[in-house]
Amino acid sequence: MAAAVRQGLSVSVATGLYGVSFGALSVVAGLDVLQTMALSLLLFSGGSQFALVGVVAAGGSPVAAVATASLLGVRNTLYGAVVSPLLQVRGWRRALAAHLTIDESTAVGVAQRDPAAVRAGFWTTGIGVFALWNAFVLLGALAGDRLGDPRAWGLDAAAAAAFLALVWPRLATRRARVVAALAVVVSAALVPVVPAGLPVLAAAAVAIVVGLVSRPAVPEEATR
Amino acid sequence: MTPGVLWTTVLLASVACFALKLAGHLVPEHWLADERVQRTSALVTVALLASLVVVQTVGDGQAVVLDARVPALAVAAVALALRAPFVVVVVLAAGAAAGLRALGWG
Repeated sequence: MAAAVRQGLSVSVATGLYGVSFGALSVVAGLDVLQTMALSLLLFSGGSQFALVGVVAAGGSPVAAVATASLLGVRNTLYGAVVSPLLQVRGWRRALAAHLTIDESTAVGVAQRDPAAVRAGFWTTGIGVFALWNAFVLLGALAGDRLGDPRAWGLDAAAAAAFLALVWPRLATRRARVVAALAVVVSAALVPVVPAGLPVLAAAAVAIVVGLVSRPAVPEEATR
Repeated sequence: MTPGVLWTTVLLASVACFALKLAGHLVPEHWLADERVQRTSALVTVALLASLVVVQTVGDGQAVVLDARVPALAVAAVALALRAPFVVVVVLAAGAAAGLRALGWG
């Protein structure tokens, strides 16, 4: 469980600092600081936020902006279905968990082995990213481009390494390795063709097909 | 867009995206209790994480870009093979990418 918290905090820092980029970009796109913060606090999903300000910056229609942001948000529905049975929360806590359901909180949560660690990982990452992301969005919106590029600090590579470290222990079975390889190929092929956020959904669809057509657990998996 | 239209856009997108998140959390639990769904869910997790690695390593908006992130991910993979702790893996990757960029590559 301590490991889940440490993982959550590392991911929160790597992701949260990226908020500077979003804040700066949003103000350049034509949103004011209040609108930028409302979007970041209320929508809270990096891919959808970048997509919405991208459409606004390009002079697109409000309908296109809402539709693009929503399309990219569809993967969060899948994330919610995966983490919800593991979190076991009801009422306002369920609504809060839904709001904090994003790539990072789901990734750290589901990568854990026992239920307590899943909850610790999900909540630490969700709350950590929410706090840092929004703080740095505000900083970026106020300071514009003067803070520099988070890529110079290697934060984009840190996020990639975090996801790799999370999937690493799950590649123990042959079936998992096959699904991971398929996911890599499908995602890499789709990145140039479809909007950001959809390659992840396509990879999930491949896993669903493999899961539904494959035979029940083979012995090496039955013990896990 | 006028400020009023922008506000409407921001709020509508926020409501839509929250509804999408909540819909996932409201999927009836007995749908997910089936052995085949459980097994599929474990595979979906692997696929999601693997896909996020790819998108975060070579994605740049709607383009594939090979830059300092690729060697940084290789450094992370070596560290993982040597059983380095999570935080060390992440810091090594960030350091590798930052170092390469400081040298003017990627």
